[in-house]
Amino acid sequence: MSKIRSFHWLLAPAVLFILVFGAIPLLISLVYSFMTANPYGGVQSPFTFAAYVQMLFDQDFDGSLVFMPDYFWIAFRSIYLAVATTVLSLAIGFPVAWYIVCQSPTRRKILLTLVSLPFWINTLIRTYCWILILRDEGLVNKFLGWLGAISHPLPLLYNQGSVLLGLVYTFLPFMVLPIYATLERLDPRLIEAAYDLYANRVQLFRRVIWPLTKPGIAAGTVLVFAPALGSFLQPDLLGGGKQLLIGSLIEMQFTSSRNWPFGAALSMLVTFAVVASLIWQSKRNKARAGAQA
Amino acid sequence: MSATASVKTTNMKTAARRKIRPFDWRHNPGFGSFTAFVMLFLYFPLAILVIYSFNANRFVTVWTGFSLHWFTRVAHNGDIRHAAWVSVIVGVLATICSTVIAMAAALGFERGGRFKGESAAMSLVMMPLVVPEIVTAITTLIFFSSIGFHYGVLNLVLAHTVFCIPFAMLPIQARLNTIGNVYEDAGRDLYANEWLIFRRITLPLMVPGIMAGAILAFVTSLDDFLISFMVSSAGSTTLPVYVYGMMRLGVTPEVNAISAILLVISAALALVAFVISRPNEAGAAAQATNPAQAPAPATS
Repeated sequence: MSKIRSFHWLLAPAVLFILVFGAIPLLISLVYSFMTANPYGGVQSPFTFAAYVQMLFDQDFDGSLVFMPDYFWIAFRSIYLAVATTVLSLAIGFPVAWYIVCQSPTRRKILLTLVSLPFWINTLIRTYCWILILRDEGLVNKFLGWLGAISHPLPLLYNQGSVLLGLVYTFLPFMVLPIYATLERLDPRLIEAAYDLYANRVQLFRRVIWPLTKPGIAAGTVLVFAPALGSFLQPDLLGGGKQLLIGSLIEMQFTSSRNWPFGAALSMLVTFAVVASLIWQSKRNKARAGAQA
Repeated sequence: MSATASVKTTNMKTAARRKIRPFDWRHNPGFGSFTAFVMLFLYFPLAILVIYSFNANRFVTVWTGFSLHWFTRVAHNGDIRHAAWVSVIVGVLATICSTVIAMAAALGFERGGRFKGESAAMSLVMMPLVVPEIVTAITTLIFFSSIGFHYGVLNLVLAHTVFCIPFAMLPIQARLNTIGNVYEDAGRDLYANEWLIFRRITLPLMVPGIMAGAILAFVTSLDDFLISFMVSSAGSTTLPVYVYGMMRLGVTPEVNAISAILLVISAALALVAFVISRPNEAGAAAQATNPAQAPAPATS
């Protein structure tokens, strides 16, 4: 091209807008996490590490710090549930993605639409649907009672299992779509070659398909893990407040507890975990690209 | 059924060789029923909600007959109507702002040529997709509070625009990528200036992408709960925030009805966006004339 066209300035509005209303708020929250709580909401001076200390320690009557594992267990439970959600979504999502790839183009389109459509439906409502199914007077208990299998309703709601179910239900499409995108680009000749060399189904999956799909799996893992870690609605509606997770804990600091610095500090912790998982993903991809070159 | 389709897609040589093979890798027994089961898992709860919303009985799970009673109850509820009105205003304004910004950004990424910091800019624009909603929600709350910005609906519009930008941009970008720059280069060969090319070539070709992006931005705004929940003030409660308050009080037929309405609106709008953004004749023609721009076939 003879004339150098430069339209980079077209990016300016988007970059500026997200910088001002997305990135700068993150930095202000970082500052807030080092300030002192104002009992009426908001913050005041002086600067302190109190919010971060509070995560693991409680101040005793004499002012000495004692180890208090309550918040640690909430963080542990959040990470554990986010990991479980990711693993389950992968176990369910991979076969689905593989099945879709093996279909004719028309069927692929229909199946992909079906997988991605729930993403556009309100998470609040998708989570609420499970209350209708799982609660004591819900569909499952009514059905089992009608069968005569149970005399008392089973406690299906308000436990860790129901929260996990809600999380997998919400985030499953995030796992299927990136894996599908990678599988679609997979060279079928490599699979044919493995066949010609007498690979069986298991070997084919372990030695050819799985290694070549790793970038998609890594992308899906981040896309499921990050929102699951910060989830609020699923533990709130399906856990009934008994299964406090970090997302609900953050929300509480801005509503009932009015401890903004602590809430900001917890948010920084979540952001840090998400950024770490993103770096892990890009490093993996780079390592793979390097290995292939 | 899938076996016949896959034979069509593979060439004759492999089809002939397949006969002596122990199995066909494109045909996986059990995967079809597994996928069907997963689809059932995804859609069964939604179907249950819609069915229950037509239940005449006050006690949600006891079916006593078909009724539209709860929908009329919802329609006459002043609070719900006000919340719906706030949601629509916020949604429309956030859609307009985010789509205009996203249009410019998509052009910048797709037609601006490569430049230093392009990937950094891309990461920034995609940031709202990666940061967990709760973090976005409380950082936005802190931001507005720290600068003393309390203008009700305006706060919501600004907050929504941020996370609508990537959703609006992706279909526009995909569209620009699909049509390629053959038509624009043809215009340049005919001595059209850049503005004329944009107005007469790029913009008309972009329209399906813009419409899809705008619809998806609106759906994203309409669906948002957590950020609105944190940012909204007394007078500016959006519909999902109001519905959440109702849900906290218990399962009622009104909640079912309003939830079913929201569900159907979101699903219908998303389907319209999918259909619009599907490559049509113009895109297919561009792909045919410009193989370099066509998406790589699966066998490349």
